[in-house]
Amino acid sequence: MSPDYLIAILASTATAATPLVLASSGELIAERSGVLNLGLEGMMLVGAVAGFSTTLHTGSSVLGLGAALLAGMAMALVFAFLVLTLQTNQVATGLALTLFGSGLSAFLGRDLVGQSVAPLAPLHLPLLSDLPFVGPLLFRFDAMVYGSLALVAVIGWMLARTRVGLLIRAVGEAPHSAHAIGMPVVKLRYATVLTGGALAGLGGAYLSLALTPMWVEGMTAGRGWIALAQVVFATWKPRGLVLGAYLFGGVTVLQFHGQGLGVPIPSEFLSMLPYLATIVVLVIICRNPQTILLNKPMSLGQSFKAD
Amino acid sequence: MSRLEARPEPSRAMMLASPLLAAAAMLVTGSLLFLFLGKSPLHAFYVYFIQPLTSLYGIGELLLKATPLILCGVGLAIGFRANVHNIGADGQLTMGAVASGCVALYFDGVNAPWVLPLMLVAGALGGMAWAAVPALLRTRFNTSEILVSLMLVYVAYLFLGYLVHGPLRDPAGFNFPQSKMFGDAATLPLLKEGLRVNAAFPLSLVAVLGAWFFCRHAFAGYRMRVSGMAPAAALYAGFSEPKNVWIAFLASGGLAGLAGVGEVAGPLGQLQASVSPGYGFAAIIVAYVGRLHPLGVLLASLLMSLLYIGGESAQVELQLPSAITGLFQGLLLFYLLATDLFIHYRIKPRHPAALLARPTHPPTDMTETAAHES
Amino acid sequence: MNEQPRLELLGISKSYPSVVANDGVDLRVMPGEIHAVLGENGAGKSTLMKMIYGAVRPDAGEMVWEGRQVRIDSPSAARRLGIGMVFQHFALFETLSVAENIALALDEKVSPALLSPRIRAVSEQYGLPLDPERRVHSMSVGERQRVEIVRCLLQSPRLLIMDEPTSVLTPDAVQRLFVSLRRLRDDGVSILYISHKLDEIQALCDRATVLRAGRVAGVANPREETAHSLAELMIGGALPTCSLAPRAPGEVCLELRGLDLPSLDPFGTHLEGIALQLRAGEIVGLAGVSGNGQQELLKAVSGEQAAPRADSVRLLGRDAGRLDAAARRRLGLGFVPEERLGRGAVPALSLAENALLTGYLGESTGMLRRGVVRDKAVAGFAARVIERFKVKCGGARAAASSLSGGNLQKFIVGREIDLAPKVMVLAQPTWGVDIGAAMLIRQAIIDLRDAGVAVLVVSEELDELFMMCDRIAVLAKGRLSRALPVTETSVQQIGVWMSGDFDAAQQAEGANHVAA
Repeated sequence: MSPDYLIAILASTATAATPLVLASSGELIAERSGVLNLGLEGMMLVGAVAGFSTTLHTGSSVLGLGAALLAGMAMALVFAFLVLTLQTNQVATGLALTLFGSGLSAFLGRDLVGQSVAPLAPLHLPLLSDLPFVGPLLFRFDAMVYGSLALVAVIGWMLARTRVGLLIRAVGEAPHSAHAIGMPVVKLRYATVLTGGALAGLGGAYLSLALTPMWVEGMTAGRGWIALAQVVFATWKPRGLVLGAYLFGGVTVLQFHGQGLGVPIPSEFLSMLPYLATIVVLVIICRNPQTILLNKPMSLGQSFKAD
Repeated sequence: MSRLEARPEPSRAMMLASPLLAAAAMLVTGSLLFLFLGKSPLHAFYVYFIQPLTSLYGIGELLLKATPLILCGVGLAIGFRANVHNIGADGQLTMGAVASGCVALYFDGVNAPWVLPLMLVAGALGGMAWAAVPALLRTRFNTSEILVSLMLVYVAYLFLGYLVHGPLRDPAGFNFPQSKMFGDAATLPLLKEGLRVNAAFPLSLVAVLGAWFFCRHAFAGYRMRVSGMAPAAALYAGFSEPKNVWIAFLASGGLAGLAGVGEVAGPLGQLQASVSPGYGFAAIIVAYVGRLHPLGVLLASLLMSLLYIGGESAQVELQLPSAITGLFQGLLLFYLLATDLFIHYRIKPRHPAALLARPTHPPTDMTETAAHES
Repeated sequence: MNEQPRLELLGISKSYPSVVANDGVDLRVMPGEIHAVLGENGAGKSTLMKMIYGAVRPDAGEMVWEGRQVRIDSPSAARRLGIGMVFQHFALFETLSVAENIALALDEKVSPALLSPRIRAVSEQYGLPLDPERRVHSMSVGERQRVEIVRCLLQSPRLLIMDEPTSVLTPDAVQRLFVSLRRLRDDGVSILYISHKLDEIQALCDRATVLRAGRVAGVANPREETAHSLAELMIGGALPTCSLAPRAPGEVCLELRGLDLPSLDPFGTHLEGIALQLRAGEIVGLAGVSGNGQQELLKAVSGEQAAPRADSVRLLGRDAGRLDAAARRRLGLGFVPEERLGRGAVPALSLAENALLTGYLGESTGMLRRGVVRDKAVAGFAARVIERFKVKCGGARAAASSLSGGNLQKFIVGREIDLAPKVMVLAQPTWGVDIGAAMLIRQAIIDLRDAGVAVLVVSEELDELFMMCDRIAVLAKGRLSRALPVTETSVQQIGVWMSGDFDAAQQAEGANHVAA
């Protein structure tokens, strides 16, 4: 096996990881403010179909990504209205969002199966892209890969250092206290949930525009759920998201290329790896109840009613 | 301007009316959707929701498709009451199908009356075993049962795929990913000649009765309910949370496994690459729409089954896309969540300051309830 | 001199679905005055303050601020007027620092870093020293209150509302607080002081408005009234008293020996070396400000949290430390927790279904037969409790959430008592309960004791403990003091112990020390 092949495999870890980085960072913001959105899978699917369809019809990836962002936000808006304004149960509503999103995306994408678009173009960074070994490994990704990493850094800075971040952390810990002080709890949560939806949509669109540039029903194959697990794995801190996503990316890559690398396991079992890995990772993190107690936003999943 | 005001007690009338309202809202939205797709709403409505009920065969199909929904839904409802969320019912259904399919294929050619019961037992055990994993991980390692049970769905699908592409593939099947057809001894008897509905349906009714008894009269059912409504009270009363988690998962897993048997020993007649069009997930909706009550689950399953069947006939007759069914299902649940609001709240037009509500307790005993203190 | 009132309330009213909280309340606060708002639990004080602070809107009435009629629509509107509020239950964020907490609460958007020097300055000025960088979860309750007060002071309020400020303070912390409040008053700030503690109000306040059942019962100068007359205004009748007939206690029913327990709450208090002997026919009171380990101790006794060693908790002669709540009840333990809704009872279930919650463990209730619930037995039990304890409700099928606090508490206490326990533990038994129900509950506890039951009462109300108990101990910072007979101690001594000041010689030791 040639070193070029090996480098290509390693590099593909990043493209496999990027949808997760996007979706999980959006969910992290929402969860830090106390809202559990189990509808990630549905939002990603709708984003994927919206992005693919728009790119197909307009020829522009940028418009496609924009459409995906808006589509994700629209789904999140429905969720936010039900959960924040009508105060429905967050778990049930999130499940409903996923089921609805699956149905809606299948419906919208029914005529798109079998079509294809040009994938997102990799960036050519002067000097860096041409370095031997390191160049193809690290510096020939499309803009979204770099963007997603920058995004995580921005989110981390925002939560720790800005006033908005402070508000989010406070609302996530104790929304009733925040309300008593006069913070706009519901407005803030709308903002975090919509942001989560936008990023989930983007994450889904990355799948249909870059990773495997096509539309297939149910193409997220559980990544939305894995993104949810990643937020737990990262103990709700942004820096952990990158590690988790790239670990997952590595496992996915192993799965894709396992047979090519001569691993004597049937392909279906290789395909199970990402899911089994997610379970293992969850167990490792959740074993010690103190880890969760100390890091989980205290109001996560609970409805909030202003008096 | 009106505002939402909390009711002092949840409204029983709304608890019953809410699913009906949600169903009605879904139907209205559906009609609009038909219109949008260029079909006459009334005709499409007829084809989708009425026509399947007009023939005996249609009723048979209705009951056939309702069976796995009832089995899974009843089990899930028991768990949801206790805040134990088994999202992996489709995976447990698949593993139940696999287990019973293995039994059927192992005893292929054996024409004995104990084959079918053995398959049922194997199916139930298969589903239970698959459900035991999230139960164990939650009780021992505090992991979210939602995520674990869901991950295992994909694993189950892949495992089935492996079996029908490999070890269990029918050698005479032209390389299609499917097993040999099961023999007569390994097939569920039909309820009536000419219809496809089989013995699994009465079995599901037995499950409904059993679940009803469990929820209404069994102490274990009470414990699970308390656990779901007020975990601190359950701890105070000495109820064991791990026990509740195990009961919820083993019951729903076993029932889902039986649903799997019902499919492969029924209309499918063999193991195929996919044995469920998402029944385990539709059952989640059924459980909520049925108000987590066994009887409600039965009714909701019939409605959901109608959605499946209507979708199929609409696809054939009106060229409506099959994906509409999934859309309707999601809409139904959304509407239900919204209409459920009125169980706990009512709309109160803002009164001018002169009018005050009358107190419900006599003035000498006026105290603020704990909720209003401080 | 006819000075204009700083704040005047005229005919303020507010009601909720099942209760009228305030009915035509008039209030007048002058500048530079400490004005008490006095009333029993449930009289409507908190709701009134929430309306002044803009967290709740009145249904009727007017508010006049410094001569102008105003509508206070939100807490930030109140703050703009110059009204600040220190809450009874602090609205602080545990995981954030003092400076971050205060930065959040201020209307001007200042960064925590810029705020720190101002925090230091103001806190020193008023005798409430604070370190801006400390995380709140590491601070004691008294320190947290300082954060709340400094937060208000940074906005230069002209009216400061303090809601039950001393319910969480030790007696000498109370005195330090009073010094700060007097300094504020001398600077011209008006203070609304909400409390039901007559001695404090007499020591501190210039005027008092007394609320009773949502209405104003009277306005008085506390220093010219006696405790008796103020109390009469508060409860509309004579002060209730209980008295205990002397009784020789029997054998030890509940024993805690060298109990060390880590708290499950990351911000909770760990218990160290708890030792106590509770005998049949006596009432022992545990005094202490909440947050000092009460929750943990109660969970260790009730069985909701297992103790590290089985013999740390001995119940009726058996090692019970590792037994769960159900097993301990079968041995004869009864427990009334602090939280009525959500722990002592399930809000959405009926009273009958709530009777089953612990009733299934009673030997003679017959509520279960081979795993099946017997509805008749359950309903019958519930009906008996309702009748015996005069619970005002819509029958045994009424939902628990539809009862008032006092009635629900009567039901829960009655349920536990009717299960004939040999050891009874009660946490804050009369918190948030109207005076009639409180008296009934206290009498029921005394009746238990006279019948030979061993009773443990955990309460923040020292007056109540001194009224009801044979012996008193103090729980402070996770350690338990010796239990002294009530006749051999005083509120002052207990107050000193509540700040954790009982020295090693006085603290009960593990296995080899028999508590008095």
